[in-house]
Amino acid sequence: MILRTAAVLLALTLSACAAAPEPVVVPRDRVILLPPADGRAGAVIVRQGEHEAVLDVPYASASSGSAGALDIAPANADAIREQFARALDALPPAPVSSTVYFVFGQDELTDDSRKAIGPVLDGIARRPAPEITVIGHADQVGAEPVNDALSRERAERVKQLLVQRGVPASSIVAVGRGSREPLVRSPEGVAEPRNRRAEISIR
Amino acid sequence: MSQAFTLPIIFVMSVNAAVPAMAADAARIKSASGTVHVERNGERLAAQVGAGIRSSDKIVTGDDGSVGITFIDDTRMSAGPGSTLVINQFAFDRTTHAGVLDATLKRGTLAAVSGRLAKHAPDAVTVRTRTMVLGVRGTEFLVYAE
Repeated sequence: MILRTAAVLLALTLSACAAAPEPVVVPRDRVILLPPADGRAGAVIVRQGEHEAVLDVPYASASSGSAGALDIAPANADAIREQFARALDALPPAPVSSTVYFVFGQDELTDDSRKAIGPVLDGIARRPAPEITVIGHADQVGAEPVNDALSRERAERVKQLLVQRGVPASSIVAVGRGSREPLVRSPEGVAEPRNRRAEISIR
Repeated sequence: MSQAFTLPIIFVMSVNAAVPAMAADAARIKSASGTVHVERNGERLAAQVGAGIRSSDKIVTGDDGSVGITFIDDTRMSAGPGSTLVINQFAFDRTTHAGVLDATLKRGTLAAVSGRLAKHAPDAVTVRTRTMVLGVRGTEFLVYAE
């Protein structure tokens, strides 16, 4: 008799537990789209399970949570800048690039471009652990292997100039792109000074 | 030093092959403050400005820490205090700009600005939290993971 009562009580307790399960706690994660620095519209596609939302206006925000669906609501600019202050402060500076130009058929810089090296050095000095990529180009006069070699020599020449002015060689990568990426389209065989260039990117 | 240009004797084999100082690096630490470390293959490494970050690295900040990194495609990410950021996968072809960036913010705060990968392809850059998957089309965004 006691055993049966106990069994009934146990069964009732267990069924009561089964009827009221512990709620599953889902972390409340959040994503906020910020206004772009240079005016180019961006977007973030957010997915939680089968739910999806597109954030494509500044301060659009989506949060995940127990409700199962994404909670979409605009973020308060001041509040989030405060919440994310340390992360925003630690964001590295945007990479910058500048272009220098060469005298026809040579790996010599034009006079104007020689003067442009100074500000490039300032840019490098202002950055933590800077990495420099120099990409040399050639215009469409001459055969491809010639332009490949010339564009690479141009990149190496700029690298040399930077190294002479104190930039560690190990932080500079120099590559040549031949005449594959002209800045200005010109017919085959036509000299185009604006394509005889090297881009110096610093990140 | 002016040189008359002559035809090269040696044909340049691979003009696009640029070998950076640390070819395996996906990113480099540009800022680090307070308590920060990197976990790589079970080892704990110091997170100093200039240190390289590779695929599979886990970046962890303490209660007073923050860190900022720049990937070789110019994507920038930074984390505030109490954060764990894992770089699941990174690849970037400097010539075509094709590749992938897949990272998870397990906890904490993240600020990010997308670079050439996201510009090149809409599905190239993914940031995850434990509950959400973010397809990054650009440009600047914040993520909080509880």
